[in-house]
Amino acid sequence: MGVLAIGFVSCEAEFENPVNEEGFYDSGEADFSQYVSVGNSLTAGYADNALYITGQQNSYPNIMAGQFELVGGGEFTQPLMADNLGGLLLNGTQVAPNRLVLGPGADGALGPQVLAGQPTTEITTSPTGPFNNMGIPGAKSFHLVAPGYGSVAGVPQGLSNPYFARIATSESATVIGDATSQNYTFFSLWIGNNDVLGYATTGGSGVDQTGNLDPSTYASNDITDPQVFASVYNDQVNALTANGADGVLINIPDVTSIPFFTTVPLRAIPLDAATAAALNQQFGLYNTQALPLLVANGIITQEEANARMINFQEGQNYPIVTDDDLTDVTAILEGFLPPEQAALLGQLRQANDSDLIVLTASSVLGSQADPNDPTSIVGVGVPLGEQFVLSAVEQERVATASAAYNATIEGLANANGLAFVDARTALAQVADTGVPYNGGLLTSTFVSGGAFSLDGVHPTPRGYAFTANAIIEAINERYGSTIPGVDIGNYPTFTASNDVAQ
Amino acid sequence: MKKVLLVAVFAMATAIMYAGGYRVSLQGQKSLAMGHTGVAVVSSESVFFNPASMVYLESRFTASVGASGVFSNVSYQNENTGAFAETDSPMGTPLYAYLSYKATDWLSVGLGVYTPYGSTVEYEDDWAGSHLVNNIDLQAIYIQPTVSIKVNDKLSFGGGPIYVTGSVNFNRNLSRSLTDLDGNRSEVTIDASGVTNWGWTVSTLFSPTENFRIGATYRSEIILEAEDGDATFENIPNSPILPFTNGTVGIDASLPLPAELSVGLSYKFCEKWMFAFDYNRAFWDVYEALVIDFDDETGIPDSVNPRNYKNASTYRFGLEYQATQMFTLRAGYYFDESPVQAGFFAPETPRNDSNGYTAGLTVNIGDHFQVDASFLYLHFKEVDASYDPYNDLITGGQAPFAGTYKSNAFVPGLGITYKL
Repeated sequence: MGVLAIGFVSCEAEFENPVNEEGFYDSGEADFSQYVSVGNSLTAGYADNALYITGQQNSYPNIMAGQFELVGGGEFTQPLMADNLGGLLLNGTQVAPNRLVLGPGADGALGPQVLAGQPTTEITTSPTGPFNNMGIPGAKSFHLVAPGYGSVAGVPQGLSNPYFARIATSESATVIGDATSQNYTFFSLWIGNNDVLGYATTGGSGVDQTGNLDPSTYASNDITDPQVFASVYNDQVNALTANGADGVLINIPDVTSIPFFTTVPLRAIPLDAATAAALNQQFGLYNTQALPLLVANGIITQEEANARMINFQEGQNYPIVTDDDLTDVTAILEGFLPPEQAALLGQLRQANDSDLIVLTASSVLGSQADPNDPTSIVGVGVPLGEQFVLSAVEQERVATASAAYNATIEGLANANGLAFVDARTALAQVADTGVPYNGGLLTSTFVSGGAFSLDGVHPTPRGYAFTANAIIEAINERYGSTIPGVDIGNYPTFTASNDVAQ
Repeated sequence: MKKVLLVAVFAMATAIMYAGGYRVSLQGQKSLAMGHTGVAVVSSESVFFNPASMVYLESRFTASVGASGVFSNVSYQNENTGAFAETDSPMGTPLYAYLSYKATDWLSVGLGVYTPYGSTVEYEDDWAGSHLVNNIDLQAIYIQPTVSIKVNDKLSFGGGPIYVTGSVNFNRNLSRSLTDLDGNRSEVTIDASGVTNWGWTVSTLFSPTENFRIGATYRSEIILEAEDGDATFENIPNSPILPFTNGTVGIDASLPLPAELSVGLSYKFCEKWMFAFDYNRAFWDVYEALVIDFDDETGIPDSVNPRNYKNASTYRFGLEYQATQMFTLRAGYYFDESPVQAGFFAPETPRNDSNGYTAGLTVNIGDHFQVDASFLYLHFKEVDASYDPYNDLITGGQAPFAGTYKSNAFVPGLGITYKL
């Protein structure tokens, strides 16, 4: 009896068709045994304005690799950070901030705040690779093929990337080189977001480099020339497919649909009737005399004059903003007005419904620019800076470049017989109607929507799980595999904590 | 001979074990070997099965003690996500001890100690259904002083009060996704022990002929009310937006041990054979919800977990064969209806309808000793089921937990009977 009893212990309750048995799910034509992911912060699992362990564990490639295990997928290694704070050290000096948490600000109100603590991830201490996840936060398309992008020596001057410097195999290594020197049977490539994102998040303060084919001359907030993108992207696809691996290419979402651009309301300035009337009086001469005069002299068009009219009313008002796409009339106005006033009006207009105000403006808009001057309210007495507003013109530049990149990505996916993910459409669905899941609705609403982390740009783990499902779906469609998706309701969103940096 | 018998017994391989819910029907090796029948049988286990039968025991003093080893397994999978989990539950050891003493020809007194309710289920921590349960350990010990009174050779009555002492320890994650800053899942452990209450049992046995008996036993409902239990919260992010913080708070909770009615018959034939049939009705509808009421000063809202059980029946069949003076062989079968209704399949008691196959034997050693052995194999069909009334802690949206379950249990048991 005793012997029998011992035998029973191992009598597991077995399913007729266990999901974890080979053959339940089909890998189709593809081989998922060794997967390498290449990309930027999205691929790395960056969230809440930092890269930290639990974020990495919920990166879309890691989620996908977990599902690939059901069809023969092997181990998936990631260059895990040293902690869950997320800050980076360079020779002991912090060079990247800790992650954001939902915590109390100086006034006690809850909002995104930097988590307190001394980070321990040192750039100069290389973890042992190779790594299946080659997502490098901050990387643009052309960075992936740039030798020296992982140079530790170049980090202080901003010539290289601290995240790649941490894991690069040598000072002159390239991201694509380190990725392709591994054994792999399947890859994903998601790059190009940062080729427009920096421009957008800084309110178009960079330069649209379309027409400039030398990326070494680009500044960090510039838009990459679509031909440059096409060229380096083609090189990357060629490199990744050289060993015959199958893979998936992912296009660029509409960056302007993320909470970073949709959270701060346009009509953010509350005014009573008396204040509105007083302000209108101040701008009266500008509206009725200065602008018509500028039109009459052919300096600006009537259209621009209309756009530059300032008009406040009782209730919620559009702020006044600086727009560097307007004709700079400072010099002309200086002939009539004191220099300060001329400078104020030089590239001034009132915001309108076609503008997008960035998330980082929320702490600036409506505050006093000069603590001692109650009339220096930003948006009323002082224009909201150019870097906080993405105008219609600037949005158009972003959209044009993104569309060109996406045409390249889809074209190369088709030409190489790779799976293609329309992340743009997937994200639009989240932003427009939300995507229902078991227990909720995933939307782009800041903080509460569940899709975007506290930086307003990068997804939450739940958002990354949604992304992983979209990619898996495209893979299944292309390769005839039957890999299941995950239940995104099981993935976290943001973390609340009172342990915030003061 | 011995070898042949062992083979025979295990070839018959029958036995019972879990009834639906957290009822554990393992109250005697002789009865269990016969499909856990016994309401119309006179045996050393009658203290439990039918106290009225005690008075017909031939010996002046009868004692039976025994225990079972419960090896139960539950597997879970979800084909839509590839999620998979299996329990790694420790062996359960329900036990019993019965004494009966024939005071006079018409009166017997006795004492029973047994464990009719219990559950031990351990999933891997943080498995797909961890927001419903990670592990649970529920125990209840019944202590029952008993009297048995003979009206005449055909009719008797029995019964007695029941004192119950119970404990429960239950751990689950607070939601499907909440973690602390380091990704550790936020969890709560409910613990209550030394919870006591009283109930009673009453029964009758009617024997129209020497070979044919009819019996009925009713055991009352007992509600275990834990008034000074603990809830310990762990891995809770430090934030006022959550209603709980790390640490232990007091709770009130109650768990019903439902009433059970058994009726049945036994029939002896061809001298050496006996057939028994029991019908059990368990009044599970008392279990509407598992409610955890946190102490008021904590400000934590009640945790209401609907169970919505329904009353359930069990049909039991047993056969006994007096092979030799030394050996008595038994076999049985039962069908156990689950009290769990569609949409309320909680993984802490993953019970669908089951079939129990039992077998066993008694070895007489001398005139006073018996060794009683039994074996139960409990078979559950693979079932697609879900627990629907779960609302996400953060979104408030309803998030059913669905999947496929497959369970089984193997229960060897051993007992000793002493007669004087």
